[in-house]
Order: sequence, then C-alpha cells, then structure tokens
Amino acid sequence: MTRRITTSGSISRRRLLAAAGAGAALAASPFRINLLQAQEANIKIGFPVPLTGPYGAEAQDQVRAAQLAIAQFNDGGGLHGRKAELVVRDDKLNAGEAATRSLELVEQEKVNFVVGSLSAAVQLAINNVTKERGIIFNSISQSDAINEAKDFSKYTFHEALNPHMTAGAVGRYVFPKFGKKVAFLTADYAYGTEMLRGFLEAGKAFNIENLGDVRHPIGATDFSTLLPRLQSLKPDILCICNFGRDQQIALKQATDFGIKKTTQIIAPLLSHASRVAAGPQAFDGVIGGCSFYWGLEDKFASTKAFNAAFSKMYDGKLPTDYGALGYGGVRTVLEAVKTAGSVDTDKVIVALEALKYDYYKGPQYYRKCDHQSVQSVLVIKSKSKDMKNESDVFEIIGTDEPNEANLRSCEELGHKA
Amino acid sequence: MTGLSFDLIALQLFAGLALGAIYVLFAIGLSLIFGMLTVVNFAHGAFYMVGAYVGLYVLMLGGNFWVCLIAVPLVVGLFGMVVERFLIRPLYGRGIDYPLLLTFGLSYVMVELVRIAFGKSGYPFDTPEILQGAVDIGVGYFPLYRLFVIGATAVVLLALWLFLEKTSFGLIIRAGARDPQIVRVLGVNVAQVWLIVFGIGTAIAGFAGLLAAPLQGVIPEMGGTILAEAFVVTVVGGMGSIGGAVLAGLLVGVVVSMTSLFAPEMAKVSIFALMAVVLIVRPQGFFGRAGLMS
Repeated sequence: MTRRITTSGSISRRRLLAAAGAGAALAASPFRINLLQAQEANIKIGFPVPLTGPYGAEAQDQVRAAQLAIAQFNDGGGLHGRKAELVVRDDKLNAGEAATRSLELVEQEKVNFVVGSLSAAVQLAINNVTKERGIIFNSISQSDAINEAKDFSKYTFHEALNPHMTAGAVGRYVFPKFGKKVAFLTADYAYGTEMLRGFLEAGKAFNIENLGDVRHPIGATDFSTLLPRLQSLKPDILCICNFGRDQQIALKQATDFGIKKTTQIIAPLLSHASRVAAGPQAFDGVIGGCSFYWGLEDKFASTKAFNAAFSKMYDGKLPTDYGALGYGGVRTVLEAVKTAGSVDTDKVIVALEALKYDYYKGPQYYRKCDHQSVQSVLVIKSKSKDMKNESDVFEIIGTDEPNEANLRSCEELGHKA
Repeated sequence: MTGLSFDLIALQLFAGLALGAIYVLFAIGLSLIFGMLTVVNFAHGAFYMVGAYVGLYVLMLGGNFWVCLIAVPLVVGLFGMVVERFLIRPLYGRGIDYPLLLTFGLSYVMVELVRIAFGKSGYPFDTPEILQGAVDIGVGYFPLYRLFVIGATAVVLLALWLFLEKTSFGLIIRAGARDPQIVRVLGVNVAQVWLIVFGIGTAIAGFAGLLAAPLQGVIPEMGGTILAEAFVVTVVGGMGSIGGAVLAGLLVGVVVSMTSLFAPEMAKVSIFALMAVVLIVRPQGFFGRAGLMS
C-alpha cells in the first residue's frame, strides 16, 4: 500500500513517516487525554478528608456515605450516561497537606468539583485553593469563617452546620434548663474558639455567667490536670468544646473525676463515631448538637430512604452524622449537575443556589449571600440504656427548625445585601 | 478566673504527682532497655499500643481486667523477645543509630498491622467496675482508677528494683551493662541476658498501654504521643537511670500540672521547656552516666 501511494507521487515515504510519528506523539501526549476527558470521562469529585489522625473514624464515615451518593447518581443514569467518580485523598488533618492534596486534585486529577474536609481550619486551606482555581467546593465540616466575606467566594458552599447555629441551638436548649453558671473546656483552635463564641452569644439572652474558659491543645491525651480547676469553679454546666478523640478522652476523664454528679456536661457537637469509639459510659447523659441522626426517620421519608439505601450498601449499618454530611455534600452537587445538564461551574452554581432540597434530614436550601445550607439543628442526649441496636446511641431531645434567624446575618458576615 | 484556694493547689499538686506516676510507667521500659542494652527503642510506643490491644483481645475472648494484668505483659514481653532475637540482635556492636532506625521502622509496621487487624477507628475500654468513680482524698475528689495506676506503678518499680539489685541474675544484668566483654569471658551467656532485659522492657511498655486504655480508650496511634513524653522523662532523668526516670517523671507531672493551673495552653510546651533547661544545666540528665551515648 505504501508503495502504491509513493509511486503515485502524492505522499512521499518521508512525509508519511513524519505524519505517523506526529500522530503517535499526539496520541501519547497529555493534551489528547484532556481532549477526550472533556467529552466522555467521568465526572470527578475530589474528596479530601482526614482519614488518619484523631478524626479518622468520622472521616471514614464521610467517605462511605459519599460513595452511596455517587452510586445512586450512576444507577440513575448519571448525566446523560456520564458517570460520577469519587477521588478520595487523606488530608491528615493538616492544612498544608490539604492544600497540596487539593491542588493535586485540581491540577493532576482534573476534578470537576471538590467536596470534603473535616476541620474548621483545614477547610479554609482547601477553600483557598478551590476559589483561586474557580472550582466549586462544598465543605462538609463546621466553620463560621467560611461564611464570612473574607473567605467566601461564589465557588464556596457549606453543607455542614456552622458553630454559630450549633452552639446556638444547644445553648438555647440547656441554659434555661440547667443553670446560668457555665465553665468551658475548649480545644485551642478555630473550631473550639468559634463554638465558644457561639455559646457566649446564645447565652447573652439568658444572662449566663462565664466562670472561666480553660484551653487545651488539639490532640491532648490527658485532662487530669485541667479538671480539678474546672471542678473547683462549681459550674451548673460544663461545656466541653472539642471534637473527635479529644472529646472522647475529655468526656471519659471528666466522668472518672465524678463531674457528672454535680454538673451537666454539654458539648457543641456529639459525634456518632466518637460515641461508639468511647463507649456508653463516657458519653452517658451528655447533651450536644448534631446535624443528623438516623432516628429522624420517624419524621422524614428522606431519612428513611437514606438509611435504607446506606444499610443495603454496608451490611445493615446505619449512617452517622458525618456520614450524612458526606452524602449530602456530594448529592447536592450531583443533583445540581443534573438540573444544569452540565458540569460547567457557573451553571452548577446557579443550580445549587436554586436548590430546595430534602435528601436526608428534612428541608434545606443554600442561603444566597454565603451559600450556607439553612437546615435544622438537632439537640441530642447520649444514652446508655434501652438501646434498640448498635447505632441507637442518642435520643433527640430538641430541634432548631431551619430558620435564617439562627444564622448570623449577611451584613454581619460582611456580604453586601 | 478566681477561686485559687489551698485545696485546689493541693489537689493540683496531687494530680501532677499522679500524672507523673503515669509518665514514670511510660518511661521505665524505655529507660531499662537503654540503660542495659544501649538500644534506643523507638518502637516503645508501639509496644505500649500493642499492650492495649492485647488487653482488648483478652476481654473479647471473655477474660476480665485482672486476667489482662497478667496476660498482657507476658504476651507483649514474649513478642519483644522475638523482636530482640531476630531483628535487634544482628545489630549489636554496630553503633547506636542502627537499632534506633530499625525500631523506628518497626513501630510503623506494628501500627499498620494493628490497623489492618482491628481497623482504624478506636475501641472503648471501660474502667473495671470496682475501680470506677472518684474518692475523696481530703482536698477533693480524685478518680479511684488513677490511684490504682499509681499503686501498680509502685509495684512494678519495687519488683524491678528487687530483681536488679537483690537477685544474682540482676547482678549479671548490671555487670553486662557495664562491660559485656568481661562478663562473657566469665562464662555468662550475655545474649540471653539481653534477650530477657528486652523482654522485660517491652513487657512493661505493654503493661503501661493496658493501664492507659481505661484512661483514654484504645486506638492504633495511641503510642505516638507517649513516645515523646517517655523520651523527655528518660532524657531529663538521665538516659538509662531508672531512679532518674522516677524522679524526672514525677517532676514532669508536677510541672505540667502547675502550668495547667496558671497557663493551660502552655502545658504541652512546658515539658519540652523543662527538658531544655535540664539539658543546658546538666547535659547527662539527673542521674545519667556521661558518655553513654558516645
């Protein structure tokens, strides 16, 4: 064949070789891969979470439930047959690591969206990367700062609760019931200080007296030298503002010191995974907030459906609070992709802003000015008796219904109306 | 904050001594192995973690806490002896950094194996029922279990002291630490002595892990923080001095406790500040023999 062409004189042998060579080079080059990806590759969602470290248990739950949202999207036919895919990275609960991983997700993995994080501080590092690169980031971890104009961008969404809402709901429930004298044990970083501020704000209406605030470093393993001081303050309420393993150890040791005999212990958030890891003894009787509890299924059909789908995928296990956030964070983005009919960032932002959704915990929507998900906050109490199954660890004792009045106002956050 | 009463300061001092006793327990195995074998065991924290998991496993098999107190040091000690025989022994006489690097790598392997076997999330470890609750110690309430840990630490120290100072085998160990060559010439099997010392050191590490489990639960990474603390105690006390480790452990506990009272956010740093000061004034630590590291 070559011979015939050559003899016909239209293409020389040399030119043919050159063309073939260029074709091969193009075929092997990253440029071609990009071209193909833009047309038919999976919709990629980057998912940086702290799989190792003190919040590891919660992070694994986030991944599990996020995979469910992906599976449901794909089973439902995807976006005109285009499937979604979760690209999980371990951010090691470290802002620097998270920034590097996020950049890698954007630059090398070419993810379309980023969902994830589990730290008030680390999510801001991720947000810095995504907003600069113009990629949508749906944060599934508590933070007040991410709502503020300084850190916000049109690409930033926040599916999780924020400390202002959470501490507010818990405070409004406990202050009238258990007394005005409150002492705090606070993890010395963004989450702890934002929660503390939330409690003090909510406490103003009830004239609470702040007896003192003892700080501990994140990752502390012994609280025995802090507890006598707190005990000597004789508070009605001891508020322990920390999370993950810090919370497990602090509650365990506070129980050992007999603090529960005289004082109601509260926490801004009670995490399901932490309660399971620490056992019923340590958490018994402690009151705190959460964004989701599987027991909501008595109230919402969406919760029932989510529980059933999760338990089918994971041998009868029920979803946890942080798991639900992983699910919600990914599902909202994928639903918006469906509505927009495209993965185009601006179109998906419009679709997300318009979303009025009820996917797992009752009605929610993203507030226009800061993209904070307006949603209910549950007040729960840890139980040690009458448990129906291994996930039956909390009792819902109060609910703050979805209401923008429980959020800081757009003006307060520095957004122009 | 107000309310700085005499009782509070007394209770805080006591809390510091109690915490110090826990530090002593963490450090003693590390100190023993270094003093006798000049091996800096960076897997100390991992053996401690394994102790907690062995305890957990014994409980799962239907045992109780008291069975754990016997079973855990035995199992972890035997494991330690296997490690010494097959991994550490080939490195004797090669310089101090060889076993250091080996045990450092080993600690990662051990943590990863436990993650594979038991999962990444933690497990609860309830305080034994009879030791639950707080008791009045005159100046305030203090958890009964922590008092038990202090007692257990005292028993371990006493047993170790009697063994090293009052038995003929202890004499051989001490002689072997001074001059292994002469001891070998006298017909003693020094390799066997070191095997047993390493076994005892790791057994105490495992025992400490078991005792720590009811204080903070069980998680594969639990050995990470205590390695640093045990190291500070060993360095401040003098590398290889058991008496030094006891004094330093108690001192570190009190320093942490007092810093917690007045500036809680500085508590973690205070440990290292103390170490820095001691090293400037007395580089070999309280009771350390100068030149052991060289």
